[in-house]
Amino acid sequence: MTRKQRRLVLIGGSLGVLALAAALVLSALKDTIVFFNSPTDVVEKHVAPGTRIRIGGLVKPGTVRRGDHLAVRFEVTDGNRDVAVRYQGILPDLFREGQGVIAEGALEPGGTFKADSVLAKHDEKYMPKEVADALKKQGHWKDDYEQKK
Amino acid sequence: MIAEIGHYALVLALGLALIQSVVPAVGAWRRDSTLMGVAGATALAQFAFVAVSFAALTACYATSDFSVANVFENSHSAMPEIYKFTSVWGNHEGSMLLWVLILSLFGALVAAFGRNLPATLKANVLAVQSWIAATFYLFILVTSNPFLRLSPAPYEGRDLNPILQDFGLAVHPPLLYLGYVGFSISFSFAVAALIEGRIDAAWARWVRPWTLAAWMCLTLGIAMGSYWAYYELGWGGFWFWDPVENASLMPWIAGTALLHSAVVMEKRNALKVWTILLAILTFSLSLIGTFLVRSGVLTSVHTFASDPTRGVFILAILVLFIGGGLALYAWRAPVLKQGGLFAPISREGALVFNNLFLTAACATVFIGTLYPLALEALTGEKISVGAPFFDLTFGPLFAILLLIVPFGPLMPWKRGDLLGVAQRLVGAAAIAAIVIAGVFAATERGPVLAPFGIGLAVFVMTGAVTDLIERSGFFRLPLRTALQRARGLPRSAFGTAVAHFGLGITLIGIVCASTWGAERIVMIKPEQTVSIRSYDLTFDGMVTRQGPNYRELVAKFTVREGGVIIGTMEPSKRSFPSRQSSTTEAALLSRGASQLYLSLGDPGDDGSIAIRLYHKPLVLLIWLGALVMFLGGGLSLSDRRLRIGAPKPARKPAKPVLQPAE
Repeated sequence: MTRKQRRLVLIGGSLGVLALAAALVLSALKDTIVFFNSPTDVVEKHVAPGTRIRIGGLVKPGTVRRGDHLAVRFEVTDGNRDVAVRYQGILPDLFREGQGVIAEGALEPGGTFKADSVLAKHDEKYMPKEVADALKKQGHWKDDYEQKK
Repeated sequence: MIAEIGHYALVLALGLALIQSVVPAVGAWRRDSTLMGVAGATALAQFAFVAVSFAALTACYATSDFSVANVFENSHSAMPEIYKFTSVWGNHEGSMLLWVLILSLFGALVAAFGRNLPATLKANVLAVQSWIAATFYLFILVTSNPFLRLSPAPYEGRDLNPILQDFGLAVHPPLLYLGYVGFSISFSFAVAALIEGRIDAAWARWVRPWTLAAWMCLTLGIAMGSYWAYYELGWGGFWFWDPVENASLMPWIAGTALLHSAVVMEKRNALKVWTILLAILTFSLSLIGTFLVRSGVLTSVHTFASDPTRGVFILAILVLFIGGGLALYAWRAPVLKQGGLFAPISREGALVFNNLFLTAACATVFIGTLYPLALEALTGEKISVGAPFFDLTFGPLFAILLLIVPFGPLMPWKRGDLLGVAQRLVGAAAIAAIVIAGVFAATERGPVLAPFGIGLAVFVMTGAVTDLIERSGFFRLPLRTALQRARGLPRSAFGTAVAHFGLGITLIGIVCASTWGAERIVMIKPEQTVSIRSYDLTFDGMVTRQGPNYRELVAKFTVREGGVIIGTMEPSKRSFPSRQSSTTEAALLSRGASQLYLSLGDPGDDGSIAIRLYHKPLVLLIWLGALVMFLGGGLSLSDRRLRIGAPKPARKPAKPVLQPAE
């Protein structure tokens, strides 16, 4: 093999691997990313049932209802709109009424959000950034989080 | 007083760093050995002053001096001693101090052990190292001073985040930082080589041990972080593809590529320019990792408190070093003498293949981590990129890479024979095929790909063994000769085989734990029994206990297998009054490499409690594999060739003075 041919093999190989990686990334980005929505987005943008999304906001006080077999229902609010969420399983340690929460799952045809994972904040200082932004947008931001820092 | 000493020592370290940034570089440029000699002394003194500073902060924590704001924010007088010590770096300011402590340590090590480095290279390396150090000292002093006082001094501290009150904090951050910051040495060597415009095989030989040591620490640090998250976060996952985890994975992948390309450079004097680029990229990714974790652009358990000025400052450091490093590369790399090309089918070719796939895999992680940030900045749209993305991108690229791993070490340098190597791997492939068939027969559920994953892991492991067998000539030569040859093999050959073997072990753990695990989430009352696989767990009731700075609700379980008691499990929920927060402490019961994992949910009104119970088959192999990789790195590091440093190149035979007359 001449020097030129060797160089061609090297460059061709590199481009091939790069193309493979790019193709994988593009196809994965199309199918696997999950969009974040505030309750207002969910109601006003008419998110189609069955689409995987994340919703975030505060757990509306007085709405947490526990059923059998670890079933739980609660409402997530951003102060403007509320979305009913149902979930089956163990809630995180810091899941509380009136506190920030993020749920991932999909809307059911009836408008209830069926969550398959629920995330709460890690400690008392931390509120998920998405939740804070969603609340700010609705003007229901009491700045309590900023002060605590 | 102690805090002020710490503060002052850090200012002095900054002063020394500024001197070391300029004087040795000027010395190297003017070939002035006196000026170059300054670097050694300043590097050692810098380390001493940062160590004093770090010791001062530690002393403030040990004595619970709450007049220091940092101690007040992150400590509590009732906290166990070990956490008082580890909470020194369980916060932003302290962890940055640990960062610079390790940075100055590496500088001091180069100064102390780099005696056989060429004087100009050593001076330039230490100068570059000091540029990094000076910016980070400045960062700490300006935006994150851990020594600020509070007046009046509070009586009690606010306690450390309960999740961090764990032995993991003693091990995970220091190891991770040794890895991250260790790559600064490779960066400094690369930049010094670009400044000098000269690079040779000896350069690779000097850089490799440092890279290897950093890589070993990073491997262990990531594994330790993964195990900590597994038992502390309460839902049994070992890797979350969380941006913060990715931030540590990216330098690891790039560092792995760097280790392999440095071999080519050392042995064959090829891939020089590429190796330099990798060295710059690896440390750049470490800096990006620091930025992601420390600037507050991501919110996670690692983000202690965010402050926009810090983010901007770290971003400036990032632009300076990554931009500067790459600009210097673009300007000076053409000056470097190109190494030779080689046949595509050869050891060099295999290592290039390794580098291509590692960098491609690293790029997919980079995109998956930063794309959501970029998209939000540009369009305001919020997305999350999770495990499915990485399974579809990182997964296939790594699978192809692993398939080639056994071929690499068997391939000879310069020109190889693919068919010959394949023939030698027939045994390894056959064992892997038998294992795949066996796994298919023994399991009924799970994706079809899982048995192939196990087969791939076995192929990597048997391939590593094949390499050692081939080299020492077992089954070909008489046993005694083979043993003698095995003893004569360089330790780095064993290092390679052991590290690759460890990779296989980790893969088996990942595939088994994520495919054939069992999970049960139930409400349980005292005296009731819940079963998982062949185990029965009886709930004996709950007790409350008082810890040093928390109260805990402990649920007691007796575990039986086939009616025989094999142990007890006591998961608990701890509540920390000082932070009004609580943690779930999972209980683990190991059976061989498999584990039962039990964590608590909320208690019901009737004495019942929600539990999460997992059976994780062979899960411990994940971290055991990382430990084996670490040992492989250690074996390679102890190789005589690297330990004694680079010998002087053999003097060229003197040319005949008289040319024969034509």
